[in-house]
Amino acid sequence: MSDKTTQQIAFVAEGMIPESPPPAREAGAYKWVRENLFSSIPNSILTLAALALIYSLLSNVLPWLLNGVWTTSSLAECREVLEGKAGACFSVLTERWHQLLYGFKYPTDQYWRPNLALLLLLIALAPVLFFDLPRRLLAFTAVYPFLAFWLIWGGSILVPIVALLGFVAAGVVFQKYGKSSFAAGFFGAIVAALVIWKLGGLLIPDAASDNAMLSSVPSRDLGGFMLNMMLGVTCVSLSVPLGIALALGRQSSMPFIKWICVVFIEFVRGVPLITLLFVASVMLSYFFPPDATVDLFLRVVIMITLFSAAYIAEVIRGGLAALPTGQYEAADSLGLDYPQAMRLIILPQALKISIPGIVNVAVGLFKDTTLVSVISMFDMVGMIRGPILASTEWNGVYWELLGFAAALFFVVCYGISQYSQWLERRLATGHR
Amino acid sequence: MSTLTDPPKEQFRLSMLVNDTRYRSLTFQAIAALVLALAIWYLGNNLLQNLRAAGLNISYDFLGNSAGYDINQRLIEYDNQDSHGRAALVGILNTLLVAFLACITATIFGVIAGVLRLSNNWLVSKLMAVYVEVFRNIPVLIWIIIIFTIMTAVMPGPREFRGAEPTASMLFDLFAFTNRGVYTPMPVFGNGFFASTALNWLVVLAVLAGSFFVMRRVEAKATATQEETGERPKTLLIALAVWIIPFALLMLAMGLTWEVPELKGFNFKGGIKIGGPLIALWFALSIYTGAFIAENVRAGIQAISKGQSEAAAALGLRPSRTMNLVVLPQALRVIIPPLISNFLNITKNSSLAIAVGYADITATLGGITLNQTGRAIECVLLLMLFYLTASLIISMVMNVYNSSVKLKER
Amino acid sequence: MKNTVILGAMTIAGLAAGAAAAGTLDDVKARGKLNCGVTTGLVGFAAPDANGEWKGFDVAVCRAVAAAVLGDSTAVEFVPTTGKTRFTALASGEIDMLARNTTWTFSRDVDLKFEFTGVNYYDGQGFMVPKELGVSSAKELDGATVCIQTGTTTELNLADFFRSNNISYEPVPIETNAEAQQQYLAGACDVYTTDASGLAATRATFDAPDAHVLLPEIISKEPLGPLVRHGDHEWGDVVRWTLNALVTAEELGVTSANLSEMAAGTNNPEINRLLGTEGTLGEMLGLSADWGKNALAAGGNYGEVFAKNIGEDTPIGLARGLNAQWTQGGLLYSPPFR
Repeated sequence: MSDKTTQQIAFVAEGMIPESPPPAREAGAYKWVRENLFSSIPNSILTLAALALIYSLLSNVLPWLLNGVWTTSSLAECREVLEGKAGACFSVLTERWHQLLYGFKYPTDQYWRPNLALLLLLIALAPVLFFDLPRRLLAFTAVYPFLAFWLIWGGSILVPIVALLGFVAAGVVFQKYGKSSFAAGFFGAIVAALVIWKLGGLLIPDAASDNAMLSSVPSRDLGGFMLNMMLGVTCVSLSVPLGIALALGRQSSMPFIKWICVVFIEFVRGVPLITLLFVASVMLSYFFPPDATVDLFLRVVIMITLFSAAYIAEVIRGGLAALPTGQYEAADSLGLDYPQAMRLIILPQALKISIPGIVNVAVGLFKDTTLVSVISMFDMVGMIRGPILASTEWNGVYWELLGFAAALFFVVCYGISQYSQWLERRLATGHR
Repeated sequence: MSTLTDPPKEQFRLSMLVNDTRYRSLTFQAIAALVLALAIWYLGNNLLQNLRAAGLNISYDFLGNSAGYDINQRLIEYDNQDSHGRAALVGILNTLLVAFLACITATIFGVIAGVLRLSNNWLVSKLMAVYVEVFRNIPVLIWIIIIFTIMTAVMPGPREFRGAEPTASMLFDLFAFTNRGVYTPMPVFGNGFFASTALNWLVVLAVLAGSFFVMRRVEAKATATQEETGERPKTLLIALAVWIIPFALLMLAMGLTWEVPELKGFNFKGGIKIGGPLIALWFALSIYTGAFIAENVRAGIQAISKGQSEAAAALGLRPSRTMNLVVLPQALRVIIPPLISNFLNITKNSSLAIAVGYADITATLGGITLNQTGRAIECVLLLMLFYLTASLIISMVMNVYNSSVKLKER
Repeated sequence: MKNTVILGAMTIAGLAAGAAAAGTLDDVKARGKLNCGVTTGLVGFAAPDANGEWKGFDVAVCRAVAAAVLGDSTAVEFVPTTGKTRFTALASGEIDMLARNTTWTFSRDVDLKFEFTGVNYYDGQGFMVPKELGVSSAKELDGATVCIQTGTTTELNLADFFRSNNISYEPVPIETNAEAQQQYLAGACDVYTTDASGLAATRATFDAPDAHVLLPEIISKEPLGPLVRHGDHEWGDVVRWTLNALVTAEELGVTSANLSEMAAGTNNPEINRLLGTEGTLGEMLGLSADWGKNALAAGGNYGEVFAKNIGEDTPIGLARGLNAQWTQGGLLYSPPFR
């Protein structure tokens, strides 16, 4: 020590020592692997176990996938081609894809109609899902249901036009009288719509659908994945307004209305969808007028709509509850009455918060549309469990069909849930 | 419609009922009541007309008639001469059984997957993410069918256990995994205290409950000592003694033997059989709902501020104690409400048993009984009533538990 | 049909009440289509083929009725029904007739208020087992696991059979035929039981049909036939006599090949009455005079329909057996057309 202080220091560093690379174990892939996969003994064991799992899965599935046969016309032929090797008979997909997607009755030369409807659906949904798009696009969204109805069911174009006119009339009446009194506008709108529909119903000739531009397809002929999509989209969009009404009713200060809404919501949420589908398939017909026949598709739409409305109502109730009380009080202090306050202040905010929740309900509901196969509707799962597996050629092909169905549902549902997460992140930043 | 908007006939109040907010709500409620009454009348009237036209009536007498069909999986005695009502009861118990089992395993799957998804191990957390996304985004009905198909197509049939060179063998010669279900040894009491097996099991339960209460006393005492002296007396040996000795003595006294399943004729005989449909449904529901619970658990843990675990670490708690004493109790509050709705979903989704041939209430009352008697309205109503009651009870119980967890906050 | 889906939903009370509450026959004529309930898929009896065209023995009955009433055998809307939904569909008027291998039983006829209009197939419940099991009689099935397709009388017959023979079994109830097959082929059950015709149809779709045998026991009587709602006798008569026309035609030797020739008039007055060249049978039924001719033109007589869909030359390969004409030792016996 003392030497040092007394001696003159002979060396002064004149420049920086050049940076040397980190030790091999602290850099690059090695470091990443060490930190993320083998940081401790339990972790290493977990990693090895996971690797073993992945290996066993892949070693079973990959040969099966890669050996797949795409061109045979029956299972027996496919097995012959495979000669006992592990391999999938994807030819069931190439041969029956149209049945899986559209059901077995939809006219083959009309497949462009549901395809176009699906494409237009994406366009119609865009302004609802992405707030940045110009609001004028919403006009197309409003027309879309009627357009899609006409595309898919075909028949006379007058039917959707009359239906649309009814709504337009209702809107006009509401605009005119709703300003002064909400109730007058509301009931006036209903009456106007009913009058238009009744008149339109009388005006459209019975034979209008016979040689229309698009041939008419009865709803019994819908099937396959298309049926799942249609049930999902129709029921969710119908149940959003119903859900809003139920949520507002449940928050209402009027005890009777609140009571009705609570009983309805709790009842529907307490029973499985499948019992409601039983209601649609075996019970509901008894509740319609004796001479009216309402087809199964419509009955199922009614029940699924009621079902999802209850769930959406709960989501929206959460959105309403999440608004600070100040918003309600501010609306009151501005002198707005209840419909105005709801329309202009509360609902726009509450709905915005609720959209991720509604999207989640929509995904759940879309998955649940497969349950209609239990009541002998030929949706995608119904097609697999029924006509395809029962046919002589494809009796015994499970994995290919179920895997295809699973993959299709996964793509759609994963896509929607990614959107919902994106939206959640976006809304979360919007509020800070 | 126009009659509905007519306010009641009192002249001097007419305007008040519409314009005065104090009375307007009465008007609206009256209208709502009227609309509801009209709707009920309309539907009821249609129903009556339709039933009359078809010459049918609503009657629940069929519940007392002999059912005439057999049920393979049952918790209570039942044979085909018993009534439809008893068949429904068998179904109810089966629904509750699969729902109960699936709730437990789904929670276990969910907690494991949720915790592992937050693991530092990249591979494992990605694997768990794949599990969660794959299972959440594919309909449960497809999962049930896939798992049932795996069960029947991959597991060996009883035939394969037979012969000089069987292609399948029993595990430890005790357990048989077949595509018809799993057969496990069954405890049999050679000289039980009672003739009835159920009563003997009650005795076992009572002894176990006794051990449990004694252990609670011991633990409480240990905690008291710890609070006084700072040292926790070792209770492990006492615990072992309290749990094992009375139980072992009881088993000796009752002459416990094991009935091992054996391949006789077409099937394994003896032992406990857990049917294939039950296993498929149970597993499918668990693994599907587990994916949802995993997301709840992850969200719950992430909702706890990092400062909490840092504070715990600063106090010198080990990571496992940090998890058990600091993070999880707080995370539970976030986890439990969605957990309740997941349990409700399991109960409701168990109705898909119909796709795998498990005899739950939907398959007995809503399936075979409905088919045989043709009493669609009655059966569906009873079915909904059962699920409604079950849902309400589950949510009530879980809400009580939820509020008990909540109370500990302050 | 202007009360289409969306409009119908919105104006259920107003527009939907289209047709007046007339008899089913008038409804069908007004609609121009026959709504016929069939099974969701049993090869040979009713199943959609690769083009979505319904084919089968039950389907042929629907087509014959449509041809008799509307003169067009394609004017049929086939409504697939499960064991659960079939009776409600018929009772609620969603379908006009049900031709879905449905067994004629007392309670269905009397308690459920339906009217069976005859028997188009005499069946009985049988058992199928893999050959390697070495079972030759159903009485040896003690302790076996049995796959059943639910929603039929099958469960009850099965329970009765095992009970009366004092042997035990484990039932595995399955909703659809395809899944029951899968269970059976995977060995999850030892035995598959359903109507013998269904067993034959199912076995025909197997990879190796020879590896499975049908046991000799037929444990029940299963007269399968079309049914209609109770109380509408005009309609019931139409369905009943259309079926009888198919049977009588075979007895009298009227086939789709010689139909046009015979319709020109023959020496046999019964053929003439059947084909409408003599008498006013069609008018009595409320149909056109050539209703019988139309019904036969749809798919030929009973024998032809049988041979084409489930007969010995088809993969299903059922022998006529009980379903032969009474003149040939079978049970088919149509009341006379006069």
